[in-house]
Amino acid sequence: MDLLSNLALGFSVALSPYTLMLAVIGCFAGTIVGALPGLGPSNGVAIMIPLAFTLGLDATASLVLLTSVYYGAMYGGRISSILLNIPGDEPALMTTLDGYPMAKQGRAGDALVISGVASFVGAFFATIGLMLLAPVLARVAYLFGPAEYFALYLLAFATLGGMASKNQAKAALASCLGLGIAMIGLDTTTGMPRFTFGNMHLMDGIDFLVAIVGLFAVAEVFFFIESHGKSSAIGVKLDKITIPLRDLKNSTVAMIRSTVIGFVAGVLPGAGASLGSFLAYMSEKSLGRGGVPMGTGNPRGVAAPEAGNNAAAGGALVPMLTLGVPGSGTTAVLLALLMTLNITPGPTLFTDRPDVVWGLIASLLIANVVLLIMNVPLVKVFVKVLMVPPWVLLPGVTMVSFVGIYSLTGSYFDLLLMVGFGVLGYVLRKLDVPTVPVILGILLGNSMEEALRRAMVLSDGDWTYLFSSGIAIGLWVAAVAGFVAPIFLRQFLKKPAIAPADKIVD
Amino acid sequence: MIKSDRILGLVTILVALAYIASAFQIQASFLTDPVGSKTFPILIGAVAALCGLVIFARPDPDPEWPEMSGWLRLALATAVMIGYAYGLKPFGFVLTTALAGAALSWMIQPRIVAAIVTGVGLSAILYAIFKFLLGLGLKPWPAALTG
Repeated sequence: MDLLSNLALGFSVALSPYTLMLAVIGCFAGTIVGALPGLGPSNGVAIMIPLAFTLGLDATASLVLLTSVYYGAMYGGRISSILLNIPGDEPALMTTLDGYPMAKQGRAGDALVISGVASFVGAFFATIGLMLLAPVLARVAYLFGPAEYFALYLLAFATLGGMASKNQAKAALASCLGLGIAMIGLDTTTGMPRFTFGNMHLMDGIDFLVAIVGLFAVAEVFFFIESHGKSSAIGVKLDKITIPLRDLKNSTVAMIRSTVIGFVAGVLPGAGASLGSFLAYMSEKSLGRGGVPMGTGNPRGVAAPEAGNNAAAGGALVPMLTLGVPGSGTTAVLLALLMTLNITPGPTLFTDRPDVVWGLIASLLIANVVLLIMNVPLVKVFVKVLMVPPWVLLPGVTMVSFVGIYSLTGSYFDLLLMVGFGVLGYVLRKLDVPTVPVILGILLGNSMEEALRRAMVLSDGDWTYLFSSGIAIGLWVAAVAGFVAPIFLRQFLKKPAIAPADKIVD
Repeated sequence: MIKSDRILGLVTILVALAYIASAFQIQASFLTDPVGSKTFPILIGAVAALCGLVIFARPDPDPEWPEMSGWLRLALATAVMIGYAYGLKPFGFVLTTALAGAALSWMIQPRIVAAIVTGVGLSAILYAIFKFLLGLGLKPWPAALTG
């Protein structure tokens, strides 16, 4: 009954009118961000972090707000996939395959409802999975010493990098870039300045929020400027929303199966939501029965990837909370939030700050219900938002990023740094160097170095200590496998291309 | 035409070497541990240099780079953002945001009237949100005017 009393504690934190209001605002903002093509969950959460701070929110409140944005964005991604054939964010890519054909057949409303319900099923059960699995993993995590943590960080870089890019060298380079940037500033162990070149602004190191907003939000603006906002929303029309009960019933199995697949994909460090929705869709394609062929507007093809990616979103929170190692780009951004709030994720979080952990879990459950209401009966509101043209949206994103960072640090130097990271992000993405490992490196660099140094202090400089326990060796093997495996997997896991978009006329 | 990845690889190697050289300059402290301040950065630099070599040796196909006009727009956008960063404090929020917003909007969709309306509208709406809803202490007008 430990679980129930913990959950009761969580709800007592999360059910205050103020937190509820934050959850609603977060869900709303998140769904919008998710729905807008180009702005994904990482962007959304990154832009919201400075705002959460300037509002003076405490730890629980900011977590509630930002995880609501996170879940909201995962829900919202499907809207533009279905209506415009443009994925609102990367995990929603698979939803275009059956969602857009359904919309072309005049069943856009049905597709939105089915995917909304599937999102709810995936996210809700993943949150329950998180509730059950996280405390268990937290107990295992107590066995981790510095050597194990060092190997674990390495595993996160290897898998996240390995999955994120087509070129392993570029993924590794991205990790090094992030780690290298993390070294700037005062050495935490000795207090000596490193790589500051006498610049006072660099003494405190580079704020990871500046890097995140620059690499994600500002870089996105550059992309839109380059493309002239070509991928803009046009001609969205939607009929009355009804609940297609028969299709929902037919896709129940698909939803449940995809939830399990997505959750497991999410828990694995680095795999994240994109892989979750991809595997969910693929397994549905080979295992599912009934209806028209997948890819031509089958409701199951909408339900599976949405349940999968939302379940992965919940699953990705498990390693982030229990080990401090994020399972995806957005959870990396959430980790940045926790670290800024002086909360150290890890096994001790569950014993030291049960109010934060269980408040978060309870608010996720609440957010899901709110999102179900917003995304099924009220989905038309968000469809309207899709019509905001990029030449209004992107300048707006820029201004919000600037004001957010400015109000956080009050220094023009950080704003310049943010623009610099924006340019860097643009160039890196052009060259197919993934940016998520850069963020991860900046976030984890100091902890990773500290783990290494503590391990060496314990062993008195004996490097073999890094491979001295079974857990450590297992993690090293997993890291190498996670880095190398995608090279071979890529051969037969080719992502299907999206069909060219055309206008919806009805 | 030199492949972009060859350049990326070269730049990476050079930066990594500079990084390693700079890591050797880190002063030792009286607080010492077996690893020290230098080892980890040097390790990172070495791995990065190795990545640079691999990228140089096995370049990917070139990405689709923007044309000259695209580069110009990007450079202009960067300049606008830098100007915005410098101007935000001395010139206040309202003016700089309207200008920067209009400029960025124009770069995405070159229609002058729409861009001006966007800039002014964004400035007003965002100021209202930041000031009254979020309670941020933004300075609206140039410091010289209000003293």
